[in-house]
Amino acid sequence: MAEISRGDVAHLAKLARIEMTPDELDHMASELDSILGAVKAVSKVATSDIAPTSHPLEMTNIFRPDVVKPSLTNEQALSGAPAKDEERFKVPQILGEE
Amino acid sequence: MTDIFSTASEMASAVAKKEISSVELTKAHLDRIKETDGKVHSFLFVDESGALEQAKAVDAKIAKGESLSPLAGVPLALKDILAQEGIPTTAGSKILEGWRPPYDATVVTKLKEAGVVILGKTNMDEFAMGSSTENSAYGTTQNPWDLTRTPGGSSGGSAAAVAAFQAPIAIGTDTGGSIRQPAALTGIVGVKPTYGGVSRYGVIAYSSSLDQVGPFARTVLDTALLHEAIAGHDERDSTSINAPVPQVVAAAKRGDVKGMKIGVIKELSGAGFQAGVLARFNESLDLLVSQGAEIVEVSCPNFEYALAAYYLIAPSEASSNLARFDSMRYGLRVGDDGKRGAEEVMSITRDAGFGKEVKRRIILGTYALSSGYYDAYYGSAQKVRTLVKQDFEAAFSKADVLVSPVTPTTAFKIGEKSNDPVAMYLSDIATIPVNMAGIGGMSLPVGLADEDGLPVGLQILAPVMQDDRFYRVGGTLEAALLSKWGKPILANAPKLGAK
Repeated sequence: MAEISRGDVAHLAKLARIEMTPDELDHMASELDSILGAVKAVSKVATSDIAPTSHPLEMTNIFRPDVVKPSLTNEQALSGAPAKDEERFKVPQILGEE
Repeated sequence: MTDIFSTASEMASAVAKKEISSVELTKAHLDRIKETDGKVHSFLFVDESGALEQAKAVDAKIAKGESLSPLAGVPLALKDILAQEGIPTTAGSKILEGWRPPYDATVVTKLKEAGVVILGKTNMDEFAMGSSTENSAYGTTQNPWDLTRTPGGSSGGSAAAVAAFQAPIAIGTDTGGSIRQPAALTGIVGVKPTYGGVSRYGVIAYSSSLDQVGPFARTVLDTALLHEAIAGHDERDSTSINAPVPQVVAAAKRGDVKGMKIGVIKELSGAGFQAGVLARFNESLDLLVSQGAEIVEVSCPNFEYALAAYYLIAPSEASSNLARFDSMRYGLRVGDDGKRGAEEVMSITRDAGFGKEVKRRIILGTYALSSGYYDAYYGSAQKVRTLVKQDFEAAFSKADVLVSPVTPTTAFKIGEKSNDPVAMYLSDIATIPVNMAGIGGMSLPVGLADEDGLPVGLQILAPVMQDDRFYRVGGTLEAALLSKWGKPILANAPKLGAK
C-alpha cells in the first residue's frame, strides 16, 4: 500500500500554503512515497524506552534583560517590502467580505 | 611572490609587510573570477566596488601602522545564505530574488572587523537543500576538477571558488554535510564547527537544530585562521555556546599526533564506498600510524538509521522555518491583483518562488509533524538522534578522534542523481550523523582516486567543543601528505584560466 496518497499531498500542500498543479501533485505523491519508504526505518529502532533528543545542546531557555536597544529604522524594515503604504507593510485583504 | 595561488596566511603576511597591497590582491582575484567564472559559476553576485573599498580601508590602516588581524586584507567568498547589508542575498531561491538585507549576519560583522575583503556571494542549493548545487534557482556550479561534474553542495559555490583560486578562503554552512562534502569533492579543507560554536544570527535558517556556519580554505592553517575569526559567543543566537573558542590555530600548527588514538568507524569504511576512496582512506591511516598515532576500530551500529532520521528532522524544521516566506514583508509577491486574499497570494507566491526540492521537503516535514504521524515519524527520528549521540559517546570513550571517508564516491556527474532524491541523499551518509550529535568535523583532501583522478576527502571528528583535535590531526596529516607528494593536491587540477 502507498504510504501517502495524492489526496494526502493535496491536503498537505494546502496546509503549507503552496498552490500545486494536478501534475505537480502527481509527481510529489510518488516521490514522497519512495522517500517515506526509505525513512520509515526509524520506527524499527525507536523503542519506547529511548528518550527523544530535540536538540544537540542540553540547554534551557536563555534570558536577557528586557531593555530597549537600537534596532532597524522603519525605513530599513520596510526596505524589502513588496508593497508599502506610508510607514506600514501593505498586504492583500486578510478578511472576507462579510 | 604572492599571488592568487598563495595561501591566505601568506597573503595576509605579504599585505602586512606591504609587499602587495590588499587592493592589488583583491583586483587579482576579481580578474580571476572574470576569467574563470563563466566555466565554474561559483558566484551569484560579485561586489567589485564594495570589495575594493574594504581593501582600500585595510591598506590605509597598514599605512598608518595599525595592528591588524591575521586575515586582514585577504579576499573571501561568502555563501549566499548569510545576510550582508545592502548586498543581494537569495539563499539560491527565486523567492528572495532582489532582496537586499538591511543588516549583517554576526559572521559578516566579524569578518568586516577582521579586515577580510568580501568578494561576493556564492551559489548554493536552494535554502541549502541539496548535495550538488543543482537545486539552485540560478544554475549549477561546475567542479573545477572536471566541469561535467558537481562540486557537491549545498555550499558548492564556496568550495568551487576556493578550488578554482577565485578566493583563498570562503564561508559555508553545514546542516548534513554541506561544508564537508563539497570540500571533499573539490580537494580543499572544510570544517563544520561544533554546533553553537559559530553564531547563526543572520543565517537564513534551514534546520535550526542542525545548521552550523564554518570555514573553507586550501590549507588546514588557513581554515583554522578563518574558524577563529568567526567563532565565539553571540547573545543574538540563543544556541551559541558561551565558552572559550577551542585553540584551533595553535592545534593546526602543532604538527604531531604522537599517542593519539584514531578511531575508525567500522560502519563507514567498507561496503558502499568507491575503491579509490577506500584506498586513499587506508593510506591516510598508515601515514597517521607512521606519525605516532594508534588506530582503534569503533562501531556505531545506529548510524544506519541516521540518514532516515535526518530526512524527517531537517524537513520538519524546514517546514516551520520556511513559513516566514509568506510574501508579506519582504521577498517575492505574486498574484496580488487587489481581489485575491492574503492566503491565496501567499500560496501562489510560494508555488512560484520555491523550487522542487524545497517544496518536497516542506510537504514531507508538514506530513512528519502532522497529528497521527508525528510519533511514527518525527518522534521516532528524535529517538534515533539519541541513539546516534550514544554511539558517538561510546566511540569517543575509546578514541580521541574518529575518522571515515567524507563521501562514498568522488564527485558525481551533473544530472546523474538529480532525478532520484533518495540516491542524492545517500551521498551524505557519512556526514549526517555528525550534525545529529552536534559535534564538529573536518574534511581534509588525502589524494586522488586511481579510477577517476578526482579528490578524496578524509573526515576527522572530535567531541563537542574539542574542535582543536581535528585541526591537530589534519595539520599533521597534511604536512605528511605534502612531503609525500612534493606539491599541493590542487597542483593536479586543470588550470582553467589563461594565466
